[in-house]
Amino acid sequence: MTTIARHLAVARAIAAKDLRAELRGRQAVTSTLFLAALTLLIFGFALGPDRASLAAAGPGLLWLAVILSGVLAVGRLHQLEMEDGAFELLALYPVPRAAIYLGKALGGLAAMVALGALVLPLTVILYAIDVASALPGLVLVIGLGALGFAAIGTLYAGLTVRLRAREVLLPLLLLPVVAPLLLAAVSATASLLAGDPLGELGAWLQLLVGYDLAMLLAGGLTYGLALEE
Amino acid sequence: MATRALGIVALVAVGGATAFALAGVPADLNQGEAQRIMYIHVASAWLAYLSFGVTAAASVWWLVRRDPRADAVALAGAEVGVLFTAATIWAGMMWGRPVWGTYWQWEDPRLTTTALLLALYVGYLLIRRLTDEPARRATRAAVVGIVAAIDIPIVHFSVVWWRGLHQGPTFMSPDTILNPPAPGQFVAALLLMLGAFSLAWLWLMVNRYRLARLDWEAEESARRGRLPGLAAAVPAPRP
Repeated sequence: MTTIARHLAVARAIAAKDLRAELRGRQAVTSTLFLAALTLLIFGFALGPDRASLAAAGPGLLWLAVILSGVLAVGRLHQLEMEDGAFELLALYPVPRAAIYLGKALGGLAAMVALGALVLPLTVILYAIDVASALPGLVLVIGLGALGFAAIGTLYAGLTVRLRAREVLLPLLLLPVVAPLLLAAVSATASLLAGDPLGELGAWLQLLVGYDLAMLLAGGLTYGLALEE
Repeated sequence: MATRALGIVALVAVGGATAFALAGVPADLNQGEAQRIMYIHVASAWLAYLSFGVTAAASVWWLVRRDPRADAVALAGAEVGVLFTAATIWAGMMWGRPVWGTYWQWEDPRLTTTALLLALYVGYLLIRRLTDEPARRATRAAVVGIVAAIDIPIVHFSVVWWRGLHQGPTFMSPDTILNPPAPGQFVAALLLMLGAFSLAWLWLMVNRYRLARLDWEAEESARRGRLPGLAAAVPAPRP
């Protein structure tokens, strides 16, 4: 087994642990799924019943719902780890910190993909958006957006999990950093739904990929510092 | 003593540059008196970006060397940077209202980038405030400082494209005002203000750095029990 394969196995084991805990009822993410659905409903009340304006706001609302509930989801994934002192044990494993980061980020990615998979059909139903023709592209955009958010969200959740004011500090730190991700994801989604009339889709996808890589690199290099305290 | 002299020189320089910008140069033909705000606005913006560059470099320095001086430099940069960023946005809005007709111009990439910059570094100062133990605080803050520095160019690209891909005409921006044949007097006033503000920036940085070093030493001494009076005021590190 090569070194890289061994590290990937560590990351997969950590992600599988988070997933198993979730399926057995730890409910780190399940409650945030409900929050995402509720957010979409509340946006509808805030914007009024006009179908045209709801459809126009659809891409933005979709991503706001994903990101606002995503902040809670990545935070919860770390808080559960703290409750039983598991975070300290995780730090004691003789494996590279980057592998632990990758595992937690993969767990976060699964949570974000689940959020996206729920929010997309709800947006179609509630805001009457036709996504059939753009579906493959939308899946790609949601995947890239989920990855970038999980990458930076996992780093900041690990950094703040020991703080008393973490519930309020995490969104304060995270929301300005994910602003370019939000901008790119919303623009790519809107352009896909409109059939890419301006030929700008490629640029936004590139920005998303660049953001994902930059944040994965930052997390891989610095997440260990949050663990070692 | 040298710092006090620097402070006095900076004060005189800012006063002189302000007097020149107000009375020494004529008002702009198109924008009128409001254009004079631009001298403060551009000078503040330059120092805001310089401060955050200093914070990013000092954050890397801390993570590599664990040198308490690096943490003090990073803190000074972030705090002084937040001050100048807020001044930049405030001056920009005061200028934008008469010239653009609106306080906030969503299509201007510089404005939106600067607003996010302020949010990023207010977050940096918050995580510092919420961590008690000096070394942990320095490490957490350094991670946030580095991530913010990585994020800023991405933010700028994204808002430039956002504007560029959707919006035809460009609005007047500081560059288009200063770069086309600006009369020499205008350039002189701006350079004078830049120099004066830079001196004031340096004075603020030196003082904030010293205060941060004293804070660090007081916390460390209290933790070691050398200053019993302070020990009660500074919370003990959590095990």
